[in-house]
Amino acid sequence: MATLLAILIGVLYAAGVYLMLRRSLFKLILGLVLLAHGANLLIFTAGGLTRAQPPIIPPDATALPVSSADPLTQALILTAIVIGFSVLAFALVLFHRVYQTSGSDDPDELKVGDR
Amino acid sequence: MAVGMLTAILSGFVLAILAPGLNRMVRGGAGWLLALLPLGLAISFASHAPLIASGNVFSESNPWVPALGVDLSFRLDGLSMLLSLLITGVGALILVYAGGYLAGHPQLGRLYAFLLMFMGSMLGLVLADNILLLFVFWELTSISSYLLIGFDHERAAARSAALQALLVTAGGGLALMAGLLLLGQAGGSLELSTLLLQADYLHSHPLYLPSLVLILIGAFTKSAQFPFHFWLPSAMEAPTPVSAYLHSATMVKAGIYLLARLSPALGGTDAWFLSVTTVGGVTMLLGAWLALTQSDLKRILAYSTVSALGTLTLLLGLGGTLAVQAAMAFLVGHALYKGALFLVAGTLDHQTGSRDVDRLSGLFRAMPITALAAGIAALSMAGIAPLFGFLSKELSYEAALRAPAAAWITAAAVTANILLAAAAFIVGIRPFVGKAVPTPKPAREAPPSLWLGSVVLASLGAVMGLWPALGTDGLLSAAGTAVLGETVSIHLSLWHGLTLALALSAVTLIGGVIVYVSRGLLRRLASRWESLGQFGPARWYELVLLGLNGLAGGQTRLLQSGYLRYYLMIVLVATVGLAGATLATRGHLVKPTDWSGLHFYDVGLVVLILMATMGTVLARTRLAAIAALGVVGYSVALVFVLFGAPDVAMTQFLIETLTVILFVLVFYHLPETPALSSSLARGRDAVIAATVGVLMTAFVLIATVVQYQPPISEYFAEHGLPDAHGRNLVNVILVDFRGLDTLGEITVLAAAGIGVYALLKLRVGKQRGTASAARRSELAGGVDDASLPIANPMRKEGDVP
Amino acid sequence: MNSLILKVATRFMLPLLLLFSIFLLLRGHNQPGGGFSGGLVGASAFVLYSFAFGAPETRQALGVDPRGLIGAGLLVALGSGLLAFFVGQPFMTGVWGQLDVPGLGELHLGTPLVFDAGVYLVVIGVTLSIILPLVEE
Repeated sequence: MATLLAILIGVLYAAGVYLMLRRSLFKLILGLVLLAHGANLLIFTAGGLTRAQPPIIPPDATALPVSSADPLTQALILTAIVIGFSVLAFALVLFHRVYQTSGSDDPDELKVGDR
Repeated sequence: MAVGMLTAILSGFVLAILAPGLNRMVRGGAGWLLALLPLGLAISFASHAPLIASGNVFSESNPWVPALGVDLSFRLDGLSMLLSLLITGVGALILVYAGGYLAGHPQLGRLYAFLLMFMGSMLGLVLADNILLLFVFWELTSISSYLLIGFDHERAAARSAALQALLVTAGGGLALMAGLLLLGQAGGSLELSTLLLQADYLHSHPLYLPSLVLILIGAFTKSAQFPFHFWLPSAMEAPTPVSAYLHSATMVKAGIYLLARLSPALGGTDAWFLSVTTVGGVTMLLGAWLALTQSDLKRILAYSTVSALGTLTLLLGLGGTLAVQAAMAFLVGHALYKGALFLVAGTLDHQTGSRDVDRLSGLFRAMPITALAAGIAALSMAGIAPLFGFLSKELSYEAALRAPAAAWITAAAVTANILLAAAAFIVGIRPFVGKAVPTPKPAREAPPSLWLGSVVLASLGAVMGLWPALGTDGLLSAAGTAVLGETVSIHLSLWHGLTLALALSAVTLIGGVIVYVSRGLLRRLASRWESLGQFGPARWYELVLLGLNGLAGGQTRLLQSGYLRYYLMIVLVATVGLAGATLATRGHLVKPTDWSGLHFYDVGLVVLILMATMGTVLARTRLAAIAALGVVGYSVALVFVLFGAPDVAMTQFLIETLTVILFVLVFYHLPETPALSSSLARGRDAVIAATVGVLMTAFVLIATVVQYQPPISEYFAEHGLPDAHGRNLVNVILVDFRGLDTLGEITVLAAAGIGVYALLKLRVGKQRGTASAARRSELAGGVDDASLPIANPMRKEGDVP
Repeated sequence: MNSLILKVATRFMLPLLLLFSIFLLLRGHNQPGGGFSGGLVGASAFVLYSFAFGAPETRQALGVDPRGLIGAGLLVALGSGLLAFFVGQPFMTGVWGQLDVPGLGELHLGTPLVFDAGVYLVVIGVTLSIILPLVEE
């Protein structure tokens, strides 16, 4: 399964990068989201995959059974998802304002101030 | 010590903070008041001088960064004592002088603060026993020097001189840091007291030569040795008290101090002897010559200081008892007479409005006290008995005569001293004798604050010359002991008998008078060679600076094209290139063999995500793309469900919902935009994207197989319930084990939320004008520029209402 | 959007969803849930409400400015960490106490739960202060 996910992660990264290179702010943001999915899955896969044994200590035990999933990667991803959302929201609203200001979705139109 | 050394150093910094306020409260007299601290410190140091002179060494240590072996360790021996007395004693006089010199200046408080900050740093530099601590103080003196040279920061000349001094000395400081670290590595300790004991071991260490070269660069830049000497004359842009204090008596001696301090560990080798004596000798001659070609009092003094620093370097390069004795005596003598002369130059400038030697004459009648101090200091500088300058020059001649290549070194020393004697007459005697000429300001005797410093320093030079046994012997012996690493005892006396050195002194004096008389001729001669100056090191500095700016500009134009996707491409290609190269050379490429435990629904799910991803990329309308993106998100959440991550899955589901809502809210009303890239660009981007994807796949495959460190999750698994009372370990990690991270995270969340709110809500200019005007101004980036810097660059000319 | 079904359904859904979000928050320490997912459910409830009734009414239903929730949440989270100082522990050390509730048995209560409540408030505040202005536009 790890191999399959590795390929999937590669595709998500590739698609994200490709979209970010487009001349469209909308696609740039789409790419950002795909990239975030890729990164989350990467952490998840790199931490080791365990099927259907969540990192929750069963009621009759005092420590986590050895076969459980790694709680640390999950905590990291959880954090990353929420942060990713706030970044996305910021990017979207920034785009919103840029569009109101410049009337364009093309990042090349914005490079006046960058020199 | 009764007062800890750390306390002594910190007191300077503390008073620096208080100084501006104090200056406002005590109008006029703050200098006298502030001088009490350095005076008190000087007395405190002096009270320990007899103990030091009899061979004691004080040390104290407080842990600072024990993990790096850096402690706040200080050590007071003869050498540190000598310099500490100079720093605090001269410091007290300078504070008084500054109060008179810049009386009524609106920024006087700041000057006091910088001077005190410098004093603290310089004290730290000479007292530090840990070489990294020494380095910290070394850099602090460079910074305070920068601030002080640029004190009159509204003049461009002052600013560029300050920057020049900073770039040269701080650049040397970087070399010094590297050198000190190498030295520490070679010697296995960062404490000077340990390093100084292992000279033989260090000399044979392979790191000896690199560390020596780097440390010498540091010392030479700081002490204005050729070819780094040019910053010191430029630094004369500073107010005169600063020049007297930093750029003659103390800070420029830091390099000398370092050479002296490290000479037991680093000295005594051919490399040391050759490099230090050569640089010192060249600097000595060059400085003395250039001093004579100037007409500005301060610049004459600056170049003569360069020459004196060269002499000190030369003597330390020679090594041996006699040379070190001479160096220590000269160090003190020079600080006394040069400090006095600088103060005189400042007083003349202040009282007459000019410091051009050609326009000052016959001032003895108007300013007798200043004239007297100037005369004594000048005679001491010229090396006339019975002043202290005579003693130190006598000693240096003795040292030169016994040195290897004695003829050359002696000839150089005599030549330099002849030129310096003439310079001394020009600065200290010439303005006061002869016929009085009108000056820009009618000359009047200076107030006490302006003559006290020069009088004290000049008379100290006279007293110590007449009665050398007056404590000086013991102190100089202790300093010499510290430099040589073996006990020496120095006895200065005015009369050595009819020696060769005495004959040389006589030659120097006669030569000095001859040069003084024929100075006009020399100046004309020099002016012919002036064009040579454009090939000098000052020009190199300019060229390097220009080149650096050009390079920065060029690479900015190259890398900052203004096109977002090129930025991205640079980042991506660099990442893929570097990471790919590492993988190819050092990575063990893993064959994709782990197809185990695959269920049909896994495959189905992954295929679904792949298709949705493709859909997102290829979608023709925005809504379709958003829908496809939503499918990707929900499916990824399902992956989390399948592999035992219910918390993550739940969060992902919820976030995905909100993401789609956000996308729709923002994009629903916007018109579709056409695809802009050419098919060529798309092909290129596809190649880049595919490479990134392949690299990431390779990374994941490696990451799932290779494990460098044991996972730390086992700790959480064991301690979750007993210590944190929670069974859901993901949550326990988030709110307890790694709670601080989460606190940081929600702070970021809050920042993003407020940022979004600001982007959407803040409308400057909403209040004025009609509704439509407000609307237009909002469209034109009417968001408050301070809260949203990015809005400004986006503003286009046509949009501004 | 002006749908009667949505409006009626939302009126019932809002309290239910909010209850559910608090349930998620409270059980988070031992079962899937916690401040993040609880907060997101809570925020979603109000987002749904804003679709049915518009942003102004949602603000009214919420009662406080979402930005206030952000600040309150941060303070609660920070304060829960500071509590450790009172028992002589480093910042953010968990402080636990036991409570005997008749009928429910022993309850473990500790600062991490308070911290999670802070997270919960911040998440609701941030989400709503992003989405409500967009709904208004």
